[in-house]
Amino acid sequence: MPTPDSISRETDLSGMDEYKWGFTTDVDTELAPKGLDESIVRLISTKKEEPQWLLDWRLKAFRHWEKLLHDSKEPNWAMVKYPPIDFQDIYYYAAPKSMAEAPKSLDDVDPEMLETFEKLGIPISEREKLAGVAVDAVFDSVSVANTLDDQLKDMGIIFCSFNEAVKNHPDLVKKYLGSVVPYSDNFYSALNSAVFSDGSFAYIPPGVRCPIELMTYFRINTEGSGQFERTLIIADEDAYVSYLEGCTAPFRKTSQLHAAVVELVAMKDSEIKYSTVQNWFPGTKDGEGGVYNFVTKRGKALENSKISWTQVETGSAITWKYPSVILQGDNSIGEFYSVAMANNYQQADTGTKMIHIGKNTKSTVVSKGISAGKGQNTYRGQIKIMPSAEGAMNHTQCDSLLIGDKCGAHTVPYIEVRNSSARLEHEASTSKVSEDQLFYLMSRGLSEEEANHMIITGWSKDVIKELPFEFSLEATQLLKVSLEGAVG
Amino acid sequence: MLEIKNLKAQVVDSDDLILKGINLSINPGEVHAIMGPNGSGKSTLANVLAGKPDYEITDGEIHFMDEMINEFPPDERSHLGMFLAFQYPAEIPGVRSYQMLKSSLDSKNEYFKKQKLSVREFSKFYDQKVKDIGIDTELTKRSLNFGFSGGEKKKNEILQLSILEPKLAILDETDSGLDVDALKAVSDGVNLMRSDDRSFIIVTHYQRILNYIEPDFVHILVNGEIVKSGTKELALDIETNGYENIISSLGK
Repeated sequence: MPTPDSISRETDLSGMDEYKWGFTTDVDTELAPKGLDESIVRLISTKKEEPQWLLDWRLKAFRHWEKLLHDSKEPNWAMVKYPPIDFQDIYYYAAPKSMAEAPKSLDDVDPEMLETFEKLGIPISEREKLAGVAVDAVFDSVSVANTLDDQLKDMGIIFCSFNEAVKNHPDLVKKYLGSVVPYSDNFYSALNSAVFSDGSFAYIPPGVRCPIELMTYFRINTEGSGQFERTLIIADEDAYVSYLEGCTAPFRKTSQLHAAVVELVAMKDSEIKYSTVQNWFPGTKDGEGGVYNFVTKRGKALENSKISWTQVETGSAITWKYPSVILQGDNSIGEFYSVAMANNYQQADTGTKMIHIGKNTKSTVVSKGISAGKGQNTYRGQIKIMPSAEGAMNHTQCDSLLIGDKCGAHTVPYIEVRNSSARLEHEASTSKVSEDQLFYLMSRGLSEEEANHMIITGWSKDVIKELPFEFSLEATQLLKVSLEGAVG
Repeated sequence: MLEIKNLKAQVVDSDDLILKGINLSINPGEVHAIMGPNGSGKSTLANVLAGKPDYEITDGEIHFMDEMINEFPPDERSHLGMFLAFQYPAEIPGVRSYQMLKSSLDSKNEYFKKQKLSVREFSKFYDQKVKDIGIDTELTKRSLNFGFSGGEKKKNEILQLSILEPKLAILDETDSGLDVDALKAVSDGVNLMRSDDRSFIIVTHYQRILNYIEPDFVHILVNGEIVKSGTKELALDIETNGYENIISSLGK
């Protein structure tokens, strides 16, 4: 008879098998002590040689967060359950040691780290540039390298780590940081504002169409560390940019906290397309470990501009995420396309907020939630039409797919209309993969697993087709891997 | 190639036998028609052969390509060369027939440890078959069977048949709901596929389709049993006299 020990070891290994991104990288890490107080905030700021105004901003955020924590204002309205988080048991700063002196080129980057990126399938190399992708890779909290082309520089496009942006473009950062998501917005945005360690920054000057997809890969490597990255993207007047982010985390039995903030600013006539493939470690089959993904993402759309969020969320033990658009300018457009998967013990509470302020503003929401195993998947969306939003329009389509009989799908739409000229449509459906569909495909030679995968990716197609091509392949693959073991 | 011995089957967890001891032997290249009144078990037989999980076999054996396949899942039966043209093909949103058939062939080649076709090779093959069967290329761009008319669905089944090149094709009431032109087109597609090493089972209620696809043998299925077998003349007899004569001659 196996001892309990050997059982849990077996469980670990099976989990490892299924999560193929579950490797850790053995690089020296420089850690600040666990826990959070003012001195840690100051330490982070000092490490990054930040200007006084930014330290002040962090401290304001920290004091606000402390107050929220003291008043027990941690958000608890989402349909997710998890043990209380001990915020003093987390590392708030972890920089790979070999990064203490920033690399000047790829040759200076730790080879093992580069290998990690190889495993992740992100070759930071010339091939990459040929493929038309500039990558900014954030490893734990420090940005490692990016392959920004000279071509982009010539066009005046800025794409760099957040820290570099603070150093080299302080005016832009100062002007826009917190302009869309104020530090006081919510509990996790306050926490992030206090301790964010790095992230990505992009600025596209007026009239410029960014010719390639900008891309960031995030990875949590250090055990017990939180990841708090900050992304700020500004498309100036009549500019266009498509930005991709991917995320992975190694296999850990303890849960890890990820609290990011993303702010998008779309100036007049501009367009920002933001795509995410989120594959943080989802926890073991038995619900141990996994990333708590508590993210605030929001864009501000000025006159005639467009912001489009596309996300494929397959990872994380808990997802709490509502990429939103404030449709401030007249004729601005907001879009949200999402596929969220909850398998095993995963819980996802995700959706969007579309706040219509300008006249003739339009928003489209397409949400596809897949629940399998004991997964719980909630769509939570808010459509708000302000009195000024004459002629606003929203179309929401919200579909749930259930696999098995122990999972759950929930839809929680909030609709608030304060202008009678608005037109809103809401469609919702819940379905199961039908036996007839499965038998049909299996009789054509597909295994049960393949048949399920084909039905599910077909069902998710409206969202996946919004992703840039290479990302869509990865997303399809991810859906497949994430569903393994969910059927049969 | 196919040997059915005393096959008994019922819906899972029910007590009502639908197939009550079927015996049937099919050699390579033969076309067998299975006819019978409504509720006689024709479609059940087709689905049990293809491995539909709704049914359980309570007795008897199905041998196909030298394997006893009673417990084989549907995909493995497909790999061995069985094909069921469905009476009601399932609609699969977001999946194109091209994509599904490429996966089907890939799985089959993997099963036999053979080289997969490249995308280019498959495209060429696929396009040729679409042309042969005479399918509107617009149809192949839409989601599999989604919003297809009855005739379009059946034609699409025949396209799949021609691409998967099975050893045994079972046509389950492929003629139902087809007008004369569609019936002729579908039959032409089937006839194109007839060969010395490919067999067919044509499950039908009416003799009509057998005017286009000439059977070698005709079996009459009544109440879960094959009560009479013969050649195509038997089908013509049914057309004239209905099933009543046969049923009453059974003395049941």
